[in-house]
Amino acid sequence: MLQTLLPILIFTALAVGAIGAARRIRLWRRGRRSPMRWQRLLRMPKRYLNDLHHVVARDKAMAHTHVATAGGFVAAMALAIVVHGFGWHGPILGGLLLAASIVMFVGALAVNRRRLNPPAKLSKGPWQRLSKSLLAYSVGMFLVSLPLVGVAPTTLGGGALVLVLTLLVAWGLLEMIVGMGWGGPMKHAFAGSLHLAFHRRPERFDDQHGEPQSTNPHDVHRGSRSTALFPLDLAAPKLGVEKPSDFQWEQLLGFDACVQCGRCQAVCPAFAAGQPLNPKKLIQDMVVGMAGGTDARYAGSGYPGIDVGKHHGSSASPIVPQLVEAETLWACTTCRACVEECPMMIEHVDAIVDMRRFITLEMGETPEKGAAAIDNLIATDNPGGLDNASRLDWAADLDLDRIKDRPEGVDVLLWLGDGAFDMRNQRTLRALVKILRAGGVDFAVLGEEERDSGDVARRLGDEATFQRLAERNIATLSRYRFRRIVTADPHSFHVIGREYPAFGGTFEILHHSTFMAELFEAGRLSVGVNPHSETVTYHDPCYLGRYNGEFAAPRQLLAALGLEVAEMARSGYRSRCCGGGGGAALSDVPGKARIPDMRMEDVRETGATTVAVACPQCTAMLEGVVEPRPQIRDLAELVAEALIEPGFDEVVATAPTPARAKVQPDEEIPA
Amino acid sequence: MTLPESKADASDVRTIALVSAGRHVVSGRSDRAREDARAVEMGLKLAGDALTLVHAGDPEEPTLVECLRGYLGMYHGFDMARGFDMARGVDMVERRGSGGGCGRLDLLSMAPSDDAVPMLAEWLEAHEAKLVLTGQRAECGEGSGLLPYLLAERLGWAVVTGVAAIESVDGEAVTLLQALPQGQRRRLTVTLPCLVAVDAVAPAPRQSAFGPARRGRVDVVEIGQPAPDADRAAWQFMPARARPKRLKVVKSANARDRFKAAAAKSEASGGRVLSDLTADQAAEKLIEYLRRENLLRQEKISAAEGDQ
Repeated sequence: MLQTLLPILIFTALAVGAIGAARRIRLWRRGRRSPMRWQRLLRMPKRYLNDLHHVVARDKAMAHTHVATAGGFVAAMALAIVVHGFGWHGPILGGLLLAASIVMFVGALAVNRRRLNPPAKLSKGPWQRLSKSLLAYSVGMFLVSLPLVGVAPTTLGGGALVLVLTLLVAWGLLEMIVGMGWGGPMKHAFAGSLHLAFHRRPERFDDQHGEPQSTNPHDVHRGSRSTALFPLDLAAPKLGVEKPSDFQWEQLLGFDACVQCGRCQAVCPAFAAGQPLNPKKLIQDMVVGMAGGTDARYAGSGYPGIDVGKHHGSSASPIVPQLVEAETLWACTTCRACVEECPMMIEHVDAIVDMRRFITLEMGETPEKGAAAIDNLIATDNPGGLDNASRLDWAADLDLDRIKDRPEGVDVLLWLGDGAFDMRNQRTLRALVKILRAGGVDFAVLGEEERDSGDVARRLGDEATFQRLAERNIATLSRYRFRRIVTADPHSFHVIGREYPAFGGTFEILHHSTFMAELFEAGRLSVGVNPHSETVTYHDPCYLGRYNGEFAAPRQLLAALGLEVAEMARSGYRSRCCGGGGGAALSDVPGKARIPDMRMEDVRETGATTVAVACPQCTAMLEGVVEPRPQIRDLAELVAEALIEPGFDEVVATAPTPARAKVQPDEEIPA
Repeated sequence: MTLPESKADASDVRTIALVSAGRHVVSGRSDRAREDARAVEMGLKLAGDALTLVHAGDPEEPTLVECLRGYLGMYHGFDMARGFDMARGVDMVERRGSGGGCGRLDLLSMAPSDDAVPMLAEWLEAHEAKLVLTGQRAECGEGSGLLPYLLAERLGWAVVTGVAAIESVDGEAVTLLQALPQGQRRRLTVTLPCLVAVDAVAPAPRQSAFGPARRGRVDVVEIGQPAPDADRAAWQFMPARARPKRLKVVKSANARDRFKAAAAKSEASGGRVLSDLTADQAAEKLIEYLRRENLLRQEKISAAEGDQ
């Protein structure tokens, strides 16, 4: 009797699942179309086994669980189709099927153990049910396959047992195959594998490395190469994303790939601060919007302070505010911690910026301070609305070369960034100038010709202002001769280095940490040993670390200074944001805690008395934490303090002009 | 600002905002003028996207149209779907009195040396304008602040300056709040048609968004016969001199007094209210006052009277 039932069950499940899958594909196709390249499907297996697995493997136990469960299921399902579906009975195939079922069962046991007392980041509801369904499928498939190897009688006893086994297998098939097509938890396997194939940022995968000279076959830090936002066509009828159908279809596909593992929620600084953002919920809301309905069936943590179940959406109705509140979008610091952790490689930040673009460019509803910053950027080229000619006021006594007076070209163009208007950051810049002079670097500045890089405007969704600033900066930079740009601002570093190329500006830009490490390496800086042994810790800026993969140079610098570095629990690619990125300091969405306070708690846990920073934003945010707290020093300040330069300081203090004469000419590098 | 309770009445009143090119205080770049933007804000709250903007200027001027589009960028939140359709060219039905989600601005073409007043008056009459909102003073050009008065005089309308808010509008009259020094307000009811010059204390203008600014329509209109500004031709222009400002130091231990002194607008004192006078008596009193203040000498009387 089972011999008749099993093929019917399997093929019915496959057919019904396929119908659901076809409907799902139709949902994705409501998004904006892009040229279809079917050959990308071929990349999927390698991306799954290599790239995706490496992210999952950051949690070793979970990686093993997933390998056993998913691998066991894929094998057991393929074999079941052959053996039970087509009736190719044989002891070898049967034995393999039993083995696959056992592997899956072992995996499913681990899943169930984790689900006994699930961590807060996990979604419950259907995902809790999935753990039982995995058991049902593996046990059911194992038992119905036992007769194939002759362990059990082929007839398998009476009708009651047959009925029980049939129900078990049917339950398993319903969850695993039908659910895959009809939006159950197993949807992640189907949507996820297609998402890997058609991902909008192919550079994130090893097969599209983009750095052919690299000998490293795999970069554990994924995302470091493809972090530039996508340019927006300002001539499009509608700017940004208003409705779910305004997303690119690949983005909709990506939302469907979510496994609700909550790794993004666990690392999101806004969520931890009690601001109304949860990356996982946001992606699920996008799924609700795409498929239509309410968020009442969502079974995970919601946005702090906003009740689950009150919002609804459909693919053709606006997202804000029916589906997602605007403050949710404005709480994001664009730190990319969620993107970095996502095993399904979902691009949360792209989606958030797309929706912000609509709010800013079409609705004109940027949060008040953000709108003021944008207006200032339009009128004065800096977010503070200050006279751009005062950009060099802090350096009045330093006699810096303007690049317009150096037509022969310089080795280094020092990009000041908007920190030049901030008194705290001016100390960092003065320290950096001191270091450059000590290292005999031939450098100049743009002065009042420098404009804001456009970082804040772009993250606030004002692509028009960003593009205008980018074009003007590129035109200015193209007029002058220099070998490289050096900046102390990771945001400028990212925007000029990664985002300007899309607008025709290709410049070699270095963060000052990288450049200073280079100077040390070349023996051009000499420092004294720190007399007091001090413990420091280093805070990785998001736009330097996660966005651009520079984790090593700052640590090399601190080592060169002879400082003992006590790493924070969250450092490197897992560094926690200071709360100042993405215009979040301007939109200032209220929460229960302040993000910089939480970061300072991380610092305190290391016992460090000083936290080394490498970004004007991080400096400002962390210095905003009330005392007593560890000191905040920029890397440039730490280096400048330790410099050994006999007589140099006095010269600067008494007579600024001849200071440059102290630079030894033989140390100057050719321009 | 409180919205008029019955919006239907307000929308029957054809509302126009006169806008000019502004100049940013720090960078000097052309920008929305601060008071004009407040006038547009007031108009949008009152009439929605039925509000039409008018500017008289030289369409050949390079930054002018882009600057005026800044005002059109304030037309957001009205029937967005239709706006997008219009941008696609799907629905180009032109309906006077409803912007279809998009703003529209008529640019009355004239040379910089022409007189804007007759053109604006002709346009306003041709479009049966009932309520005209504008700033009190342009931020560049002559910036004399006389335009609202000259225009109202030519049209024979009432003019109210220093307006902080419009409380209500019906088909016959508008009730508004006029800003007085030290945060005081005076409620006025003015018969339509009337010209309202908006003060800088009016509610701040909404953000100008790129999408609606780009979608808004700017029509260059040739109206009437542009006439050179006769008065202007007789003027002599010279660079402004920075004049020393008198510092008024208020020495008071009382914070309230110091604040009041700092917040005070130039306050007239020692005035007298004269009523129930004939026109001749009133003129006599004025001349007497001006002479007392040494603003008028005997031989200038006829010229002063000619100006009024």
